[in-house]
Amino acid sequence: MDIELKGITKRFGSVIANDQINLQIKAGEVLGLLGENGAGKSTLMNILSGLYAPDEGKLLIDGIEVNFRGPGDSISAGIGMVHQHFMLVPIFSVAENVILGVEPVKTADYLDLSKARTLVNKISSEYGLSVPPDAIIEDLPVGIQQKVEIIKVLFREANVIIFDEPTAVLTPSEVEDFFSIVRALKASGKAIVFITHKLHEIKEIADRVTVLRHGRITGEGNPKRLTKEKLAEMMVGRQVAFTVNKIKSKIGQPVLKLKNIELHTKDNERVLKNINFSIKAGEIVGIAGIQGNGQTELIEVITGLRKNYTGEMFLGELDITRANARQRHVAGMAHIPEDRHKFGMVENFSITENIIINNYYEKRLSDFITINWIKARSAAALLCEEFDVRTPSVDLNGKSLSGGNQQKMVVARELGRKPKIVIAAQPTRGVDVGSIEYIHSRLVQSRDDGNGVLLISSELDEIISLSDRILVMYDGSIVAEFDNTDAKPKRNQIGLAMAGSTEEIYNEH
Amino acid sequence: MNTKSNFRKTTADLLMLRQGAYRDAIVLPIIAIATALLIGALIMTATGVDIYTIGRSFAALGHGAFGSINAISETFTAAIPLILAGLGIGLGFRAGLFNIGAEGQIIIGGLLAVIFSFTFSDLPTIVLVTFTLIVGSLAGAAYAGIAGVLRAVTGAHEVILTIMLNLISYRILDYALRQPFIQKDGRSDPISKSVPGNGQLPKLLDWIDPNLRLHVGIFIMVGAVILLWWLIKKSKMGFAIRTNGENSHAALYAGMNPKMVIIGSMALAGGLAGLAGAVQISGVLERASPGFSAGIGFDAIAVALLGRSHPIGILFAGILFGGLEAGGRQMQIDAGVSIDLISIIQALVVVFIAAPLIIRTITPWAFSKNKRTS
Repeated sequence: MDIELKGITKRFGSVIANDQINLQIKAGEVLGLLGENGAGKSTLMNILSGLYAPDEGKLLIDGIEVNFRGPGDSISAGIGMVHQHFMLVPIFSVAENVILGVEPVKTADYLDLSKARTLVNKISSEYGLSVPPDAIIEDLPVGIQQKVEIIKVLFREANVIIFDEPTAVLTPSEVEDFFSIVRALKASGKAIVFITHKLHEIKEIADRVTVLRHGRITGEGNPKRLTKEKLAEMMVGRQVAFTVNKIKSKIGQPVLKLKNIELHTKDNERVLKNINFSIKAGEIVGIAGIQGNGQTELIEVITGLRKNYTGEMFLGELDITRANARQRHVAGMAHIPEDRHKFGMVENFSITENIIINNYYEKRLSDFITINWIKARSAAALLCEEFDVRTPSVDLNGKSLSGGNQQKMVVARELGRKPKIVIAAQPTRGVDVGSIEYIHSRLVQSRDDGNGVLLISSELDEIISLSDRILVMYDGSIVAEFDNTDAKPKRNQIGLAMAGSTEEIYNEH
Repeated sequence: MNTKSNFRKTTADLLMLRQGAYRDAIVLPIIAIATALLIGALIMTATGVDIYTIGRSFAALGHGAFGSINAISETFTAAIPLILAGLGIGLGFRAGLFNIGAEGQIIIGGLLAVIFSFTFSDLPTIVLVTFTLIVGSLAGAAYAGIAGVLRAVTGAHEVILTIMLNLISYRILDYALRQPFIQKDGRSDPISKSVPGNGQLPKLLDWIDPNLRLHVGIFIMVGAVILLWWLIKKSKMGFAIRTNGENSHAALYAGMNPKMVIIGSMALAGGLAGLAGAVQISGVLERASPGFSAGIGFDAIAVALLGRSHPIGILFAGILFGGLEAGGRQMQIDAGVSIDLISIIQALVVVFIAAPLIIRTITPWAFSKNKRTS
């Protein structure tokens, strides 16, 4: 089944989300759709899946014009979408999730689960998915959950499958697994649309690539023949530096020291196991690891959001083991939180309010009981200027900013106050390439200024390109340590350590 | 155009609204009220009231609320405790707390106020009145503080806690009113001793007509509106309260103490409700009797919702509800329409405010086209 989009235009008020888009999706081919957040990829795919009607343009399936009145039309036309955030019921089994909405029934309303099971088995063996039909979703790792989503789409007999940022939640080995599934789907004649902002994935899996920027197509071609630099330029609109410029820094005294940190959850599960490390002035220490191996808990323990841990912690010479979040902040700890929407900002607060949220009590911004909003605004405006937060006014709500600018706002607040130690957790998650570059350069600058930086990221590339030293976290402990100042690539060993296989690392030491 | 947008900006600023919210805050209540009145008319028609009487009853409603000095005096007299308690509930909303307990806090505040007032009846007026009000609000604050502490320490939900505290307060009142040192001498029914003459809030308009009940509590109320506006918009504490209400994770991250915010805002809300009780006792009722709170604490929830937790919005919402109450009495007298209809209209206003989507759906042209994500 082939799909052709001709001159598709979609406007939201005065914003043009898609401007005269022409696109061909062909059977047996993987089309990569590359673009930054807000480039119009999602709008385009929502048009394909029937959620939005285009203002202009035509949608042709095998040469015949169609009009989708809703998602139902799109599904019955054979278009399936695997969303970035899975649409699964956690407490249902795989089979139950797969048939949700198109339940096979025996007589009356009696659910035919055995038929569902058979179908799940058939589909999963056909494409090498190996998913147990009776497993409960919440017990399954994310990679398998994604396979369930794929089975769901195949169960509905989709011939065109759209993947929206499919690798964002996967571990490196799961990504490999996923790519082989995509190849199998392609070989069976399905048309695949692969939405991403990661260049190397496009180069690896896509047969054709279309690049979107500001709602327009800015480039097309064969990704094998286009260089990474060229693709990035199409995507961002200017040249992008891939390597972080880093000079050798002057290593100083330890600024953060963790001794025998242990943490148990309420269910007495040991989530942090005897963590010991220190970060010295002038170095970036990266913590690599697959999500859910204790990184979140470690960040919360270090920044004072969690109290019930044992062990000791020092900021410089100062014992901060029992200090709360504010005391640590005052002592010189900056925290770029993992989830900026949850911890890092208040969406309904103005940029000013967001920027003073954890320092409003300082003498420069307030007296005994009142906040000096005039000073707060000018401080916020100054920081926005310095940290390239693009906004017409600091009075606008935080949620009016793009993801990149929101993150730069958080970075401005945290780095703007000259901290001694920076805890940067997933500092570039969901952020455009331009902002990633900028945030990286700021972190490196902070290190060059003689601060310690702890970088926690699930993007291995980010860890490798920024860190001076790399620690790998697995199942609540630090399982390996790598020096990253020499140019030797250690991707494989790090990858192995992330998967918990420690022997080979010990062999190396 | 420019002046208009400036005016909008200033008004929005005054109401502490974010961009675009201006329309919601002004237009939505107006349409909600109009729709509620319309449905009220339909209900009257359904119960067999003819058009002429409906017209007359609405005229009486308007006249009874704002049509004469007496009407205005009654409207504001009714609005004072509603606004005071509503400010407290609105503050709770800002902190992310749903305080259903204003009724109980009014009862405890009013009860302690009346006891203080008749016990220290030989103090000079200014001292007695001042301390009566202080005692009332402290009592309310302490009573709400129970819920605040339990919420902060154990995590028990404040809605349940405050509902239970309301029920307890009714029984405390029943019990107290039967105690010899509280019960009025020579009475067998549960009623307290009276507030002495020098303990009463001075009337404001009795030089025009001794029956006009409006008292100096209106200044206290206006003062409270200004204080709350300042607290929420300008103060450090208000900033912590708002952060906690908008995103408690961010408040934790920012090093604000969520427990103190919960206890503090609960106590402050209780203080305002207790003050409402004390003002009502020493300005209007002059004694405590069973049910003297008359549901003010519950109506105040509606006032806080209608006013969208903005002190100035609550001021207008309270005046509106005061007007509905005063006008409703007139409606009953003039047109013979049951005062229950007013309760229905009040309830409908709240329904439409609480569910703005209904209003947005029936009158889409009245709202900005901006896409809303929430």
